Amino acid sequence: MESRTKLFNAFNINVFKRLHGFCNFSAINVKKCLMHGSPSCAQQNQKKTNTTVDPEDVYRHGQLTKDWWDEQGVLKGLHSLNLIRIPFVRDGLVQCSLDERDPTPLKDKKILDVGCGGGILSEGLAKLGASVTGIDAGKDLIELATEHSKNNPKLANNLPSYFCTTVEEHSQERKDYYDAVVASEVIEHVYNKEIFVKACVETLKPGGKIFVTTPNRSRITQILGIYVAEYVLNIIPRGTHQYDKFMTSPELTFLLERNNCHVELTYGMIYYPFSNRWELSKSQLLAFATQAEKLK
Amino acid sequence: MFKTNLRSLIASRKFSSGNNKQVNGAYDVIIAGGGMVGCTLACALGKRALLSNLKVLLLEGNPSSEFRVKPEYSNRVVALNQNTKSLMNSLEVWEHVEKMRLQPVRYMQVWDACSDALISFSSSDLQDDDVAYIVENDVLLCAIDKELKSSNIKNVDIVYGAKISGYDLPKINDTKMESTVKMSNGDTYKCQLLIGADGANSAVRKAMGVQYLSWNYDQMGVVATLHLSEATENTTAWQRFLPTGPVALLPLDSTRSSLVWSTTHSHAKELLKLPEEQFVDALNDALWKQYPRRSVVDTCTSWVGSCLRRAGLADGAERQLPPSIRAVAPSSRAAFPLAFGHSTRYIAPGIALVGDAAHRVHPLAGQGVNLGFGDVKDLTDFFADAIYTGLDITHHTWLEKYESSRQRHNVPTQLAIDALYRLYSLDIAPLVLARSVGLQLTNALYPVKKMIMSQATT
Ligand SMILES: Cc1cc2nc3c(=O)[nH]c(=O)nc-3n(C[C@H](O)[C@H](O)[C@H](O)COP(=O)(O)OP(=O)(O)OC[C@H]3O[C@@H](n4cnc5c(N)ncnc54)[C@H](O)[C@@H]3O)c2cc1C
Repeated sequence: MESRTKLFNAFNINVFKRLHGFCNFSAINVKKCLMHGSPSCAQQNQKKTNTTVDPEDVYRHGQLTKDWWDEQGVLKGLHSLNLIRIPFVRDGLVQCSLDERDPTPLKDKKILDVGCGGGILSEGLAKLGASVTGIDAGKDLIELATEHSKNNPKLANNLPSYFCTTVEEHSQERKDYYDAVVASEVIEHVYNKEIFVKACVETLKPGGKIFVTTPNRSRITQILGIYVAEYVLNIIPRGTHQYDKFMTSPELTFLLERNNCHVELTYGMIYYPFSNRWELSKSQLLAFATQAEKLK
Repeated sequence: MFKTNLRSLIASRKFSSGNNKQVNGAYDVIIAGGGMVGCTLACALGKRALLSNLKVLLLEGNPSSEFRVKPEYSNRVVALNQNTKSLMNSLEVWEHVEKMRLQPVRYMQVWDACSDALISFSSSDLQDDDVAYIVENDVLLCAIDKELKSSNIKNVDIVYGAKISGYDLPKINDTKMESTVKMSNGDTYKCQLLIGADGANSAVRKAMGVQYLSWNYDQMGVVATLHLSEATENTTAWQRFLPTGPVALLPLDSTRSSLVWSTTHSHAKELLKLPEEQFVDALNDALWKQYPRRSVVDTCTSWVGSCLRRAGLADGAERQLPPSIRAVAPSSRAAFPLAFGHSTRYIAPGIALVGDAAHRVHPLAGQGVNLGFGDVKDLTDFFADAIYTGLDITHHTWLEKYESSRQRHNVPTQLAIDALYRLYSLDIAPLVLARSVGLQLTNALYPVKKMIMSQATT
C-alpha cells in the first residue's frame, strides 16, 4: 500500500505542472496558468462525497475549461500539436490510399490516452472514429474533459470514456486490450519511467502500438525551457521543471525495447512559437515523437 | 455512405418541393455563385468521399435552365488545360463534355505583328498530350450540372434564381464561426464556411472588406463564332499580337473557330456595329495584314534566327499560316470588358474566395477559369486533409495553406500575363526588338518553354 501511494504521487501530475511542462519551449503567457494544483484521484478517494457544489470549484472549473480549450490561450501549443500528433498516430495505425480515405479512419481502434488532461488529444482521436479511453490523475481535469466532450456536438456519439486513475492501476484491469496507447507530453513528468512504460505496454494487445511525444533532454531545452523561462523571464516558478526528468530518444528507445517493444519510428519535432506551428523534422533537439510496436 | 460523426446540423431544414422560397437552414458550406467554378466546387464537395458528410448549399443568381447542344456554337468558350481535364475526369464530368462536344488543340502558334518572332507549342512538347481543349462555357456547365444532380451526390442543395441581399460574417473575436446569408425574400441560411465564387464583382469579397488591387485594361474582348474559308483538321489555336491587342482564334470543329479579339474600346464598339462582311474583312486584315516593319528589328531577328539554326535549335521559321475567315455566325458578336484583379486575401475566418472572385486576368493566355479550377482542386484537397486529421474545414491552418499555395501559383501567373499584355501593347522599336528576340529564344530553348507550359497547365 505504501508503495502504491508512492506510485500515485509519482504519477500525480497536477494541472499546474502539466501546463508548465508544456510551456518550456513555447513562449506563451504562463502567468495565466498559475492555477493551483487540482486534487488527484488519491485525494478524491479520501474525500467524502458531498452533494453541495463548492462555488469556488465551479469558478475554477470554468477558468480551467477556458484555459484548456481556448485554442489561442495558454495551451495553444497543445492544440496546434494535434496537427502533427493526430496524423502521427493515425498513420501509424492505418495506411490507405487517397481514394480509400474516409472521415473515420480510426473506427474500430481502441486507444488509450495516458495523461489525457482536458481531452484535447482524446477528442481529436475520437473525431476520427476511435474508441478512446482517456486517463489522468487530475480529478478536475477528468471532470473537465468529460464535461467538454458532452458539449461537443462534433463528436457525434463517439464520446471518449474518461477515468481518473493512473496507468499502473488501469493496466491491472485492461491487459492486452488496446490497439494503441498514446502518451503525449506526459512521460517528462513521470518519476519512475520504467514502471510507467511497462504499464503502458501491458495494456496493449500484442501487435498494438505505443506512441510517445516528449521534449528532449538537451542543452537547448535546458537553457530555453528552464533557465530562460524560470530564471531570466521569471514567468514560471523556479523549480517547476526537473531537467533530469526529461528523456532523450535513445533512452526512450532502450526503455521500450526492454519492455517487449520494437521501435519503428522516431521523428524530431520543432515548435515555432510565433506562428504557433509544429513541424516534424529531422532534428530531435527540442522534442521527439516515437512509435513502437508491442511484440507478439 | 459513412456514418456521420462530423457535424450534426443545428437547425432543421425545411423544404417545399418545387418552390425554393421556404428553404431555410444551416449548412457546413455555402457557395455563393454557381458559375463554372462554384458548380465545380459543389460537385467536388459532393464527390470526394472524405467531404461527402458536409452539407452544402449552392446559391446561383441565374434561373435554372435546360441546356441542349445546338448546331450553332455559343460565342463564350474557354480553353481548358490538362490539369482542368484531370480535375474534371476525377469528378466524372469530362465524359459528359466529350459526349457533347469539345475540340482538342494540338498546336498553338503565337506571333508578333511587328516582327517575324514567333513561339509555338505543340503536343509533341507534352508527351503527345493535347495542348488544351476548347469547350463552350454552357457545355462545361451542363456537364458539371449533370454530375451535380446525379444520384451520386446527396449532400448538395441548390437554389437557382437566388437573390442575396447581404451577409453577416463572423467577427474576428467570435468563437463561433458562423456566417449568415440573407436573401431578399426574407430567407436566411447559416453556414460554418462561406465560399465566394461569385465572379469578378464578388459581393462576398466586398463584405470581407479585403484589399482588392485592380485596373481596367484599355481594351474590350470581342467574341464571335467564325466560319473558315475551307475545312481543315483545325486543331491549332492562333494568336497574333497587334499593337491594339491580341487577336485569337480557338478551333471549334473542322470549319468553325471561336474569336477572342482584344482591342481598344472604340474599335471594339465599331467592330460590333460593322455589317458582317466588313467585320470579316477587318478580322482577316488583323490576321494577315503586314504591319510596317523596322529594319533594325528585322535584321536582328533574322540574325538571331540564323544563330539558332546554326546551333541546331528551332529558329521559328517554320511558321504555319492562319486560316482565312469566310463569315461570322449571325448575332454571335459580343464584347466584354477586360481587367486585372487581385484580392490580397483569399480567406478570412470562416470565408474563402475561389475563381474570378479572387483573381482576374486578361484572356490572352486563356488562363482565367483554369486558375479557378486550380483553386477548387487545392481547396478540396486541404478540406480532405483537415477532415482526415479530425479537424474542421474552417480550421485556419488549412485555409491559410489554401491561400498561400494558390497565391504562390496565381499571382506570378497573373503578373506574367499582365506583363505580356504591356509588352505587346507598345510599338516602340527597342521594345519590339527585345520582345521579339525574347520570344525567339524562348521558343528555341526547350527547358524555358517547358517551364512556361507547366506553369500554364497547373
Ligand atoms: C472574353 C473572355 C474570354 C475568356 N476566355 C477564357 C479562356 O479561354 N480560358 C479561360 O480559362 N478563361 C477565360 N476567360 C475567363 C473565364 O470566363 C472566367 O475566369 C470564368 O468565367 C470565371 O468563373 P467563375 O465561376 O469564377 O465566375 P463567373 O463565371 O463570373 O461566375 C459567377 C457566378 O456567380 C453568380 N453570382 C454573382 N453574384 C451573385 C449573387 N449576388 N447571388 C447569386 N449569384 C451570384 C453569377 O450569376 C455567376 O453565375 C475569358 C473571359 C472573357 C471575358
